Amino acid sequence: MSELVFDESVILLDIEGSTKEEILSAMGNNLVDKGLVKESFINAIIAREGEFATGLPTAGFSVAIPHTDVEHVNRKTISVGVLRNAVDFGVMGDESETTSVKLVFMLAMNEAHSQLALLQKLMQVFQNEETLKYLVSQTDKTSIKNHLEDKLDFAALKGGE
Amino acid sequence: MADKKKVLVACGAGIATSTVVNSAIEEMAKENNLKVDLVQIKIAEVDSHVDSADLLVTTAMTKKEFPFPVINARSFLTGIGTDDTKKQILEELKK
Repeated sequence: MSELVFDESVILLDIEGSTKEEILSAMGNNLVDKGLVKESFINAIIAREGEFATGLPTAGFSVAIPHTDVEHVNRKTISVGVLRNAVDFGVMGDESETTSVKLVFMLAMNEAHSQLALLQKLMQVFQNEETLKYLVSQTDKTSIKNHLEDKLDFAALKGGE
Repeated sequence: MADKKKVLVACGAGIATSTVVNSAIEEMAKENNLKVDLVQIKIAEVDSHVDSADLLVTTAMTKKEFPFPVINARSFLTGIGTDDTKKQILEELKK
């Protein structure tokens, strides 16, 4: 299992945009610039979000976890975006509802089925209102990185056996 | 004694949320001593299993009608309403 890329460079604060497409483009472009995903990733993730929404009405702040097929990804990463103003995303599994999203976790996954532990930890983060509040209130990328590394248990995930 | 059910677990891309839901159902089945045949797929692939499946658990939306029940599993991701979803799934598995 290749190592997950997660550092300050994939954490974006204060993203401005009035539509989910603008937010997804801004975050996707950053990953393209870093060589972590292919250029096709941006269109793919916007198309996928339109078809299968990923907004999650979690306690406190809604989050979205846009992602798309593995072939658009070079290296596995989780990009975190804190939006300046909340933007409407469709609710996962429900085409009639939207939810006002403040935090975006853009998943670039390159191996199907091999990331269970990481994803489970991530879902635990969504279920923790205090953590979400903390992430939204931070103005320092390193604090966000450290906090999430701790919550996602990166030492265990990266170190492996 | 119920037969072994074939359960489709689907999300949009078949790689992220379905992985989490798949594992949650696996655990439930174990706890309840139920044998299930879990198949993790993209929602677009449901059609190819339509004749053999007993249940679809999905985080993605689907407008299609299927000959088996469809359960929304978003609660496994948000933690809100998880018990209800589990109950629904268990009921179907025990049929």
